[in-house]
Amino acid sequence: MILAFRTIAFLKNYTRKCTNLRNIVRSTNAQFYRTPEFLHGEYEFQDPKTDDEIVNVIYVDRNGKKIPIRGKVGDNVLYLAHRYNIEMEGACEASLACTTCHVYVNYDYISRLPQAEEKEDDLLDLAPCLKENSRLGCQIILTKELDGMELQLPQITRNFYVDGHKPAPH
Amino acid sequence: MTNSGILLKCLRQLSSQNIIPHICVVGAGPAGFYATQQILKSINNVKVDIIEKLPVPYGLVRFGVAPDHPEVKNVINTFDKIAQDIRVQFLGNINVGRDITLYELKQYYHAVLLTYGASEDKKLMIPGENLKNVISANHFVGWYNGLPNHQNLNIDLNKTDAIILGQGNVAIDIARILLSPIDKLKKTDITSYSLECLSRSKVRRVWLVGRRGPLQASFSIAELRELLKLENCKTYWRSNDFKGIQDIVPNLARPRKRLTELMLKSIEESSFDNRICDKEFHPIFLRGPVEFLGFDSVENVKLSVNELEGDHFLKQIAKSIGEFEEISCGLAFKSIGYKSTQIDPSIPFDLESGRIINSSGKVEKGLYTAGWVATGPIGVILSTMANAFTAGKLLAKEVELMKQMPGYHELQKFLRKKGICIINYEGWKKIDNEECERGKKLGKPREKIVDISEMIEIASN
Repeated sequence: MILAFRTIAFLKNYTRKCTNLRNIVRSTNAQFYRTPEFLHGEYEFQDPKTDDEIVNVIYVDRNGKKIPIRGKVGDNVLYLAHRYNIEMEGACEASLACTTCHVYVNYDYISRLPQAEEKEDDLLDLAPCLKENSRLGCQIILTKELDGMELQLPQITRNFYVDGHKPAPH
Repeated sequence: MTNSGILLKCLRQLSSQNIIPHICVVGAGPAGFYATQQILKSINNVKVDIIEKLPVPYGLVRFGVAPDHPEVKNVINTFDKIAQDIRVQFLGNINVGRDITLYELKQYYHAVLLTYGASEDKKLMIPGENLKNVISANHFVGWYNGLPNHQNLNIDLNKTDAIILGQGNVAIDIARILLSPIDKLKKTDITSYSLECLSRSKVRRVWLVGRRGPLQASFSIAELRELLKLENCKTYWRSNDFKGIQDIVPNLARPRKRLTELMLKSIEESSFDNRICDKEFHPIFLRGPVEFLGFDSVENVKLSVNELEGDHFLKQIAKSIGEFEEISCGLAFKSIGYKSTQIDPSIPFDLESGRIINSSGKVEKGLYTAGWVATGPIGVILSTMANAFTAGKLLAKEVELMKQMPGYHELQKFLRKKGICIINYEGWKKIDNEECERGKKLGKPREKIVDISEMIEIASN
């Protein structure tokens, strides 16, 4: 029950925020820095309308727990995670300025994704525990072809010292 | 367990059920907010007070992130949500170590989490460091970003050549601010006084000096790429610095490989670049600062010619070969990293590395730490976030609720007695609003208020 309330409150908040943002866009175009993707946050909160739209994906959380999610074509992996309270941060709100939505895409699927743009690759280079199948969640948009994709959240708590620096134990 | 043991445990649980944990977070930057978020997630019924030295929140997101990187500041929206949680209070304008000691804080809270960052510069400790126009990177960044302490920075931009010692992303930020067309900066939230000063700047050549070689450069690829693409600015590499590098490239790990490839590509391109540009960017390697030369103000920087010693490139160190080079420059920036300070003598602190002594965020019973003050000033926001999550989670798990703690109730009484004016989040929102209003008039997202007494006045109205 509490969870339902929370979800509703969150939804309300989210919708309100998106509407506010739209108003900002309308009134002061020049001062708007968020990418259009952010507005899609609203889109991810809509259920698929037809079976054709459904894209099933599995998030694997930091404890290795698999969370199957029924997404739909056009969903952004970051905002879809937000909808289902999966711990994927999006500090820069999908504006390609951070690495907080770093995920591993299972190998069968990585080649089905469009190539990362230069900026995404540049950011991934800063991500701890970078692997060949690393991507930024905010740059993955679901298509039918991605049905069954697994998205694993990296172990961010380890290895957060850059360039191999290991803190001395105290 | 004996019967009395069970009884005692039950009693403890019963009584602790009525005790609301009062947590105090010191420092309202990314580490403080992210740790708070984790505490809120872990404990339902909790009070978290985020104490901040300045009347305004967000730490380095406000005062460190370059004004022409507004998208990085989107994270403020997350922090704002955290601050608006009814269990959280922002308490600005409280200087721990001066207004209140850590010992006193501990009397009011079940646990204290130190997230006050790294605000000091590392010193070069070479002659001439006190000459005019030898500027600390930290002060320069604070100056253009409106940090109250540094608004009156004594800097003379009426010089053609500037040298930046250090090759981290802060050094790159400084180079970009000096080399960017002023019209680009006008639309950012850069402070008006610094914009005015920069608009009259004569700086046209910027040197970026690293002690070691291209393989050890600490700037990241996105930052370098941005600088290389800068309008009306041409990059001059020294091809000698890159001897033998090409052969090593295939063996490098991806991030280092891509960064090195970008530099090599840029060298190649610059040999065909016939543009005549107003500004020049000169990244140079294997040069270490030895002395700032000049009569009153800096005129030259003496650099040692270095070579690398050691097998693995990550562990190679720079060693002077006994030869020197002088670069003529009327302006010099020291950008060799930040360090933290021990704001209270009772904090176990490693002076050498400039961080609080801790193990996975724990300092001692009831005392925790996260962010740059705990790890040292390195890493992107993800690193700070991950670190703050760990510390926040640990604190939430371990916090002992043996007795009631007064929290804010007593804290505010104590501070009021001392005449300290606490700025709450509502007060900050007034400042925020005023800044955005002032910005609107100037065609920018915000005009920061830099005077603390003015901030307090606006917040108290």
